[in-house]
Amino acid sequence: MDENIVTIKDLHIGYRTFGGHVKVLNGVNLYVKPGEKVSIVGETGCGKTTTVKAILRILARQAVVTGGEIIFKGEQVLKMNKSQLQHLRGTGVSMIFQDPTSSLNPVFTIGQQMSAVIRYSGHAGATKSKIQEELAIKALQETAMPDPERILQSYPFQLSGGMRQRVSIAMALSTPREMVIADEPTTNLDVTIQDQVLRILKQRVEEKNTSLILITHSLGVARETTDRIYVMYAGNMVETAPTTELFREQYHPYTRALVDCIPRLSGGGVAEGIGGRIPNYLDPPPGCRFAPRCPKAFDRCWQEKPEYVNVGSSHQVACFLYDQSTGDE
Amino acid sequence: MKRLIKRLASYILVLFGLSILVFIIGRVLPGDPARQALGPRAPEATVEALKKEMNLDKPIVVQYGLWLKDAVQGDLGNSLLSRRPVTQDIIQYLPATIEIVILAGILMAVGGILLGILATKYSHTWFDGFVRVLSYLGIVAPAFVWAIIFILVFGYSLPILPTTGRLSLGIAPPPTITRMFTADYLLSGNFAGFKDAFMHLILPAISLMLGGMAQAARMTRTTMMDNSDKDYVLANKAYGVSENRTLFKYLLKPSMIPTVSVLAVDIAALFGNAFLVEQLFNYPGLSRYGMQAMLNKDLFAISGVVITLGIIVMVVNIIVDLIVTYLDPRVRLMGGSE
Amino acid sequence: MSTNHASTPGITKRDRLEGLKRAWYKFSLNKMSIVGLVIVSLILILGVFQPLIAPYPEHAGAYVNFSAANQPPSSQYILGTDTVGRDILSRIFYAFRGALLMGLGVEAFIIPLGTIVGLIAGYWKEKWFSTALMRVTDIFLAVPPLVLALVVSALMRPTLFNSMMAVSIAWWPMYARMIYGMTSSMRNELFVKSAELLGASKFHILFREILPNCLGQIFTKMTLDMGWVILMGASLSFVGLGEQPPTPALGTMVSDGAKYLPDQWWIAIFPSIAIMVIILGFNFLGDGVKDMLTSEE
Repeated sequence: MDENIVTIKDLHIGYRTFGGHVKVLNGVNLYVKPGEKVSIVGETGCGKTTTVKAILRILARQAVVTGGEIIFKGEQVLKMNKSQLQHLRGTGVSMIFQDPTSSLNPVFTIGQQMSAVIRYSGHAGATKSKIQEELAIKALQETAMPDPERILQSYPFQLSGGMRQRVSIAMALSTPREMVIADEPTTNLDVTIQDQVLRILKQRVEEKNTSLILITHSLGVARETTDRIYVMYAGNMVETAPTTELFREQYHPYTRALVDCIPRLSGGGVAEGIGGRIPNYLDPPPGCRFAPRCPKAFDRCWQEKPEYVNVGSSHQVACFLYDQSTGDE
Repeated sequence: MKRLIKRLASYILVLFGLSILVFIIGRVLPGDPARQALGPRAPEATVEALKKEMNLDKPIVVQYGLWLKDAVQGDLGNSLLSRRPVTQDIIQYLPATIEIVILAGILMAVGGILLGILATKYSHTWFDGFVRVLSYLGIVAPAFVWAIIFILVFGYSLPILPTTGRLSLGIAPPPTITRMFTADYLLSGNFAGFKDAFMHLILPAISLMLGGMAQAARMTRTTMMDNSDKDYVLANKAYGVSENRTLFKYLLKPSMIPTVSVLAVDIAALFGNAFLVEQLFNYPGLSRYGMQAMLNKDLFAISGVVITLGIIVMVVNIIVDLIVTYLDPRVRLMGGSE
Repeated sequence: MSTNHASTPGITKRDRLEGLKRAWYKFSLNKMSIVGLVIVSLILILGVFQPLIAPYPEHAGAYVNFSAANQPPSSQYILGTDTVGRDILSRIFYAFRGALLMGLGVEAFIIPLGTIVGLIAGYWKEKWFSTALMRVTDIFLAVPPLVLALVVSALMRPTLFNSMMAVSIAWWPMYARMIYGMTSSMRNELFVKSAELLGASKFHILFREILPNCLGQIFTKMTLDMGWVILMGASLSFVGLGEQPPTPALGTMVSDGAKYLPDQWWIAIFPSIAIMVIILGFNFLGDGVKDMLTSEE
């Protein structure tokens, strides 16, 4: 029944802090099909990174999963033991981090770091240094890095930001993977090379038919790179649709506001922005978390949490405006 | 390489400065070394003669020039106390101190770093708390207090380790090769002798190094805990790199750099504390010799010991520099960011 | 960190009080800081009011009573008596005076010296005299500080004042280095540049612009160093180069007592513990001061 690479159902995650229990993820639902490129778009702090870190079970010590499930190729990720997790991280899913300056170890060469990744990939002969080197060079060539042999000898500080992020991409795809997660891979790069890095990332996952989850706060980046978009707000996926459809028609008021914020060359002038601010996660609104900022909120939005409603073939929205049921069942 | 030569040049300059400093301290501060050496009842003429012999009657610049001329040829003057050339005394006593400091240094570095790693691995458990209490104890109790405690415990209640001297009674000293007894016994194949000499090193070495070890352990833990929040450690986890490999390799190496720099200072401090500790263990090393020289205002011996320590500290700094260079490619390849 | 003038107009008494409350809150977050504060206050009180508090104040001098010699701890002599029958507790209290004087005296000497050298060398970083000054600190740091202090005090008459001088000579370069580092990184900050452009005098720039921004770190190091300075003073008196008998000094008491181990263990052990308590107190207090003066939440 489940042909998805990964399925997340009603995931709740909180963090223990000085102020108390912060409820960050408030029932996240998400799926990714084989070979599909999906992006999660949302403001800083809305829980994008927490969601994907949960897939790899690399959440911070203070994080507590309070409910829901994550299924990777039919297996329950949250119930995996150490060796199953090792298998998932080594061969199933890999991750590209936001800032290549801090995600590459400053005192080891690129070659040493790529070898370490390959060693744990379970690839045939992965513990032999010769095979590690071959795979690393091949991966670097595929990301259009000039002179891969020299890159392997280099330390991260000897490379530019763009090159470092290409190294991260090469590292993530040095051995076959079912899925790659990229957490804002271009945010810390110069505008001029963001495009190039994204293009390489897209090209590489397409060639290998690897699934991709791309986290970004830019709808533009999401539109260029991915097939389907999740719009996330304050710990909830509020809307998802294939990219072209989402840009054609937005149902959720938050998505609409986001799209309206994109500056246009033709007319319209400066966008209005969205009034209000992200809710306090310590004591979030009980109903829809967007209600306090929503221009169309009505009574029910303050009391109940909206569930996904199908508004197209694969277009879903979590908003009572489109809910036909009475909500009293 | 170029950096190293530059460093070396500046160290040598500092050594010259140090010799001038010691000279000034020795000649400017009140006190009459010749009178001190001969005792209050020696006739004035003898004192004057000794002053002449020590060049104390000449202007200080001339005195320094004469001393330096001999010093660069390895002649540091004669000791008033031992009545022998200071150089000869240093050759005799230095190896004994080196032996202790090497053992103390190794225990300090290995013990401190290992405790730090384990406290990181088992952070927020009873073991972490145990290491914290241990480091507070190590930091708070000075070396001479440890020495007294050890002498009390091992000298009287638990006589399994010797508390005085370099060798037990009736053990013949080894043939003179390096003058470090442990090494000489080993080289001459006398293992019973080695064991005895080594046993004599243990307590002085441990009392010297506990403070530094505590500091190194705390430093290592702090740096490792800070670095373990970095993305590259998370990335290792995300790629399934095993926990121990991450801890002992990918987290340890970048975290070592500050600890190693602190250890340089701590190793130098071992020599300083040896001045008090050797005395307590009645251990005939350079520090005890230096202490005697100081208490007797034996000027040439004092400058000799201080210069020797300056050279040793310099060597330690160079070695530590090399280790940091090895650990930190940024220093190695960019000629030092700091 | 921006400029903070001590007397900016507009800062009301209320704001100050608020600031003090905040500082106390940060300080008291770590329980150990309060332990440190209590220990240091106790030492201060015991040292200053020794004649009023000590059971036998006169035992701090050349008092002799052989009939009470070498007594183990008892209700009469809580920490026992030494070889000539003096109460060890009373002598430790008196020795706190010397220890505190040592710490304060040394810091009163080295902080101004180190600060001035550091400010000058740091502000005119590329001038020849800056290099010269820093080379001089290198020379002083070329041997372990304890050795330098021993040499200096060995060549002078052994008094409390002279051992303060000896420790100061070994210690000032560390302050000079610290202030140098801070000044040389601060001299390119905008508030310094703007003062320069406004034509402020060098004196004003060094002491009214740069120095106030160093005070936090100086104060932290000062507190942490008190314990170590006192320890170095005790080390000097341990080898007989500090305050001379009959005035009690912790180091002398330890080394004298060490001769009577293990039978009269109390003579050496209690002064040793006193030294450890001092170091512990100032360490904890210093950590608290650090927490209080660092701006992060």
